[in-house]
Amino acid sequence: MAGIVIVGAGECGLRAAFAARNAGYAGEITVIGAETTLPYERPPLSKPDAAGVIEKPITSKEALSACAIALRSGVTVTEIDRANRQLQLSVGSALGYDKLLLTTGARPRTLACPGGEHARVFRTIEDAREVFRSAGASTRVTIVGAGLIGLELAAVLIGRCAKVTVLEAGPRPLGRNVPEPFAMRLAERHRQRGVDIRCGVALRVCTAFSVVLENGQTIDTDLAVAAIGVTPNIDLAEAAGLTTQNGICVDAGLRTEDPRIFAAGDCAAVQAPDGGYRHYETWQNAQAQRDVAGANLAGGDARFSGPVWFWSDQYDLGLQGFGETEGDPAAIRDLGNGAEVRFYSNDAGQLIGAAGLGPSNAVSRDIKIAQRLAGATLDPALLADANQNMKKLLRAA
Amino acid sequence: MAQWIDACATDDIDEEDLIRFDHDGRTFAIYRSPDDEFFCTDGLCTHEQVHLVDGLVMDYVIECPKHNGQFDYRTGEAKRAPVCVNLATYPAKVENGRVLIEV
Ligand SMILES: Cc1cc2nc3c(=O)[nH]c(=O)nc-3n(C[C@H](O)[C@H](O)[C@H](O)COP(=O)(O)OP(=O)(O)OC[C@H]3O[C@@H](n4cnc5c(N)ncnc54)[C@H](O)[C@@H]3O)c2cc1C
Ligand code: FES
Repeated sequence: MAGIVIVGAGECGLRAAFAARNAGYAGEITVIGAETTLPYERPPLSKPDAAGVIEKPITSKEALSACAIALRSGVTVTEIDRANRQLQLSVGSALGYDKLLLTTGARPRTLACPGGEHARVFRTIEDAREVFRSAGASTRVTIVGAGLIGLELAAVLIGRCAKVTVLEAGPRPLGRNVPEPFAMRLAERHRQRGVDIRCGVALRVCTAFSVVLENGQTIDTDLAVAAIGVTPNIDLAEAAGLTTQNGICVDAGLRTEDPRIFAAGDCAAVQAPDGGYRHYETWQNAQAQRDVAGANLAGGDARFSGPVWFWSDQYDLGLQGFGETEGDPAAIRDLGNGAEVRFYSNDAGQLIGAAGLGPSNAVSRDIKIAQRLAGATLDPALLADANQNMKKLLRAA
Repeated sequence: MAQWIDACATDDIDEEDLIRFDHDGRTFAIYRSPDDEFFCTDGLCTHEQVHLVDGLVMDYVIECPKHNGQFDYRTGEAKRAPVCVNLATYPAKVENGRVLIEV
């Protein structure tokens, strides 16, 4: 019996295997992963402790064997033969499938300018080890991209290295779905700690010793890191004739147009109620989609619905948010002690997103409650009133 | 030796909520359930040692503030990834409007 085969042993794929088992699937489950290590969590990679990169395995060999999940690490799937329901593997053999889940994740974009290959990327545990190995006390680091990963890296490297410069093409840091006041506050904290953030700059060339900007400035650089986002790994699906956009196109049940093939996590683009496809690159999305994929691989009819949630840790500050957080907030809740939550609603007054920034996990509870209130029509005055227990709103909704 | 410690007044904890209680260099979480029972667990998540007090209690589940791991606070059972190690629990009881925990 061919059973379920999962391509990509990351957060989404590996846990989807467990989810399928928990949903009662009794057949064979095989997870194939290109990386050679036991699957690990990526978020800790950019949040190392004094001892270095934190390796947090997603599972153990014992847990895999207890659930009869076969993991084949260090093996890449090179082709999907849909007609024969069979995969070609890098090790030369073929593997049949009854149902297939693609959780191939995403790969970091590399710098397009001449010499861009001098910049390291940051996605895998090997990447992280390389970067931190090269980051000594006298190292001058240049990070390209002031997104979440670039800034998290800056926050940990400024304490270890001689100089940290962050270069951003856009007009401000964290331009993607982080409310501007929060982005500004985080940028200010970086500047206080000595990080040199420059926005609105373009790269002309990278060398082994420098990054040169279009405006002629040269930034002496011992270690350059590209943190300019990721590209979903859709090539395998594309070559098999499956529909792709910025991700492998799936319905809310995470099915592609081939009823035997599913996709989830960073590699997927999921159809939203408005018909468009949404692609997410967050850990909680991988978590939510693996549950749906696992249940449906086991024959269920689960559906994914957003909004997805994310977090980021920089210095003592914790940022969390979900959904759409563009434009003017419907309400601002001041939790005191420098913690603030902003709520966003659509034209109909329904809550569509929230974001919060504050020391450590101060905004966490309100963000969790807000996420459960998504879609509800709420009185902005109540949201803004920090003395109002948000849980009451939840009970009333 | 485990002993009963007076941790707080029952009114110090809202219904379906928790507080942090530090004692003797250790940190605990004390919960009041929706049906007005009291429970006690270790105060730190087993995933990344984060204080659970910033998390959210829904029914009998505490959701960690950091990565949304969930535990049943009555038994300490890990209910949702990324947590996979159970949370230690301790007996709790109410006497004269005070919550006592045995730690
Ligand atoms: C440094 C870093 C920090 C992050 N921090 C946060 C954070 O703080 N908060 C947050 O919400 N999110 C964070 N993320 C994002 C989060 O980690 C990802 O969204 C999540 O890992 C996606 O999981 P996935 O399983 O879909 O993909 P991946 O984790 O990318 O796993 C895909 C796996 O598939 C393998 N693969 C691909 N193609 C093949 C093939 N053909 N054959 C076999 N194997 C294949 C890949 O090698 C990879 O191991 C961070 C990411 C990184 C890199
Ligand atoms: S620290 Fe609690 S889930 Fe990660």
